[in-house]
Amino acid sequence: MIAKPFEPKIIAFCCHYCAYASADLMGSMRIQYPPNIRIIRTPCTGRLEVGYYMKALENGADGVLVAGCMEGGCHFIDGNLYAKRRVNHIREMFEEIGLEKERLRMVNVSASMARPLADHIIDMVETVRQLGPSSLQNKTTFNQSETAQ
Amino acid sequence: MIVAERKCVPELLDIIKDLQNLLVLGCGTCVTVCLAGGEREVGIIASALRMTTKLNDLKINVEELTIERQCDNVFIEQAAEAIERNDAVLSLGCGAGVQAIAERYPEKPVYAGLNTTFIGILEERGVWTEKCAACGNCVLHNFGGICPVTRCAKHLLNGPCGGSKEDRCEVHPDRECAWQLIYQRLKNIGQLDRLKKITPPKNWKSSLAGGYRTIIREDHRI
Repeated sequence: MIAKPFEPKIIAFCCHYCAYASADLMGSMRIQYPPNIRIIRTPCTGRLEVGYYMKALENGADGVLVAGCMEGGCHFIDGNLYAKRRVNHIREMFEEIGLEKERLRMVNVSASMARPLADHIIDMVETVRQLGPSSLQNKTTFNQSETAQ
Repeated sequence: MIVAERKCVPELLDIIKDLQNLLVLGCGTCVTVCLAGGEREVGIIASALRMTTKLNDLKINVEELTIERQCDNVFIEQAAEAIERNDAVLSLGCGAGVQAIAERYPEKPVYAGLNTTFIGILEERGVWTEKCAACGNCVLHNFGGICPVTRCAKHLLNGPCGGSKEDRCEVHPDRECAWQLIYQRLKNIGQLDRLKKITPPKNWKSSLAGGYRTIIREDHRI
């Protein structure tokens, strides 16, 4: 039996005002991009709690792409700059945990940058493909319970 | 407020590696404000621990809970069931919180997930500075509200030391000299004459010299 090649699962958090519109434009322009990406629209990348990146990896994603506005072009002035700092912080934490920091990446695009966004996605998918499946996927899952406050 | 920072993940892993069921317990007071041990940080740390334990082939069930205040029995009560059903508690409270939980549950191991660092204030978003050493004998009235015990690198009560350059500290050139600040402040409020008085050596008896300190208010006791 031939083993199925590894296809990374990547969550892309896309800002409503730029990357999400850009992804829409990618579709209108018939630009091809890998189907490994699952896009989640967010009002602003600055709205993203760092816990979302952790949860994505914890619950089965091989990588997380955060796509925000160009620096200086945030609809909410500096939400993307906050997101950048938080992403960098969590990348360091990933290293403490034992995960490759390359599994989390932030990119900046504007609403008209369909081709560059597709390139970012292709690059991210290739990076994660090279890294292989997240080390967490090879481990048996253990019952997790959480108690909300 | 009390300011703390998180311990690194490998250190936490070393603390919890022999457990099966762990409660990560946050505190909604000081450590929430200093972004070290509130509900959000509990989620992040718990997530990080789940991932790192999985990667190290450890089977640890991590539960999350945040209570309003860990240093108060009334609030600790809210975590009773969660504490009971877990092998140990990793407290993201300050040192007082950790010890309050440990005293309340003598049979339960309680570990500190944070390094409690100082009493300070938020200078700007993401920046905290120590302002009080809790020496137990406040001298702020003599120094225009600027504490030389905490803010002077040499803790001088009769400064400046002579090593400061312009308004910069000799020990930490990136910081302002506390005595420069004291002088400026006393000048602004017209109390420069306070500096003519030599301050005698400080009595450290009220500080940590004799072990922990207690305050008893008979008027409030029941």
